[in-house]
Amino acid sequence: MSIPLNWYLILAAALFSIGLFGVLSRKNAIAILLGVELMLNAVNINLVAFWRYLDPVKMAGQVFAIIVFAVAAAEVAVGLALIISVYRRRRTVVADEIDLMKW
Amino acid sequence: MTADKIIFLLCAVLILASALMVVTTRKLIHAALWLVAALFGVAILYAVLQASFLAVVQVVVYIGAIAILFIFAVMLTRREMLDKGVQTRSNWWLPALLGLLILAGLVFLILGQPAFGRTAAEMPAGVDTLRNLGTALVSPDAFVLPFEVASVLLLAALVGAVYIASGKKE
Repeated sequence: MSIPLNWYLILAAALFSIGLFGVLSRKNAIAILLGVELMLNAVNINLVAFWRYLDPVKMAGQVFAIIVFAVAAAEVAVGLALIISVYRRRRTVVADEIDLMKW
Repeated sequence: MTADKIIFLLCAVLILASALMVVTTRKLIHAALWLVAALFGVAILYAVLQASFLAVVQVVVYIGAIAILFIFAVMLTRREMLDKGVQTRSNWWLPALLGLLILAGLVFLILGQPAFGRTAAEMPAGVDTLRNLGTALVSPDAFVLPFEVASVLLLAALVGAVYIASGKKE
């Protein structure tokens, strides 16, 4: 374990930035969710790295990462269900065209 | 350069290259497959960090369930727009600038903390992280409450997703 902690943190920061770029720049709602997944993974890398480097006996970091897994699974299931439902009614998955509640 | 550093750098290259492909590639189904590659790189990182259970869960839950769900959603919704035309907004440079700014700020902050330059201590002898994790998840003085809340959340998400996605006209 000769890797410095900040290598992990910088990798996670880069992954988070890429995911943020994807969320903000994509038109397709599914692609936006893909970006959210990348950001959640960046957070998980940080959590597990901090667990290993700071306190590997207590399991707080890993438990938090597992909670993030569960939340990510729930978010993807509901998000994709919403997108499919919208697609069925409006025949589009482009986020700009889903503008019923926009004024 | 020790072996684990080389493994880490290879993983980092795999993760970042795949992530860039996820956000830039034109075909959405390819983006979902590149996401699988990125998630696999993260699983290798968990293994390097000695979080064996999380590495397995990453492969089973993220790649086996979430990525497959994405691929199904792409196949269920592909029609006119997909795979043709521009997939990014016309002002895509603004998010790119924002991402670069946030990355620069984070790297500046991380490198400014000398405490983050530490390397990990050896895992204390006799510590079974898998057993500790299992005990922590169900022990009342540790994390049993978040664990139960997560299970209720998953149940709610399951029911909600089925209700939303079922196209039954009432």
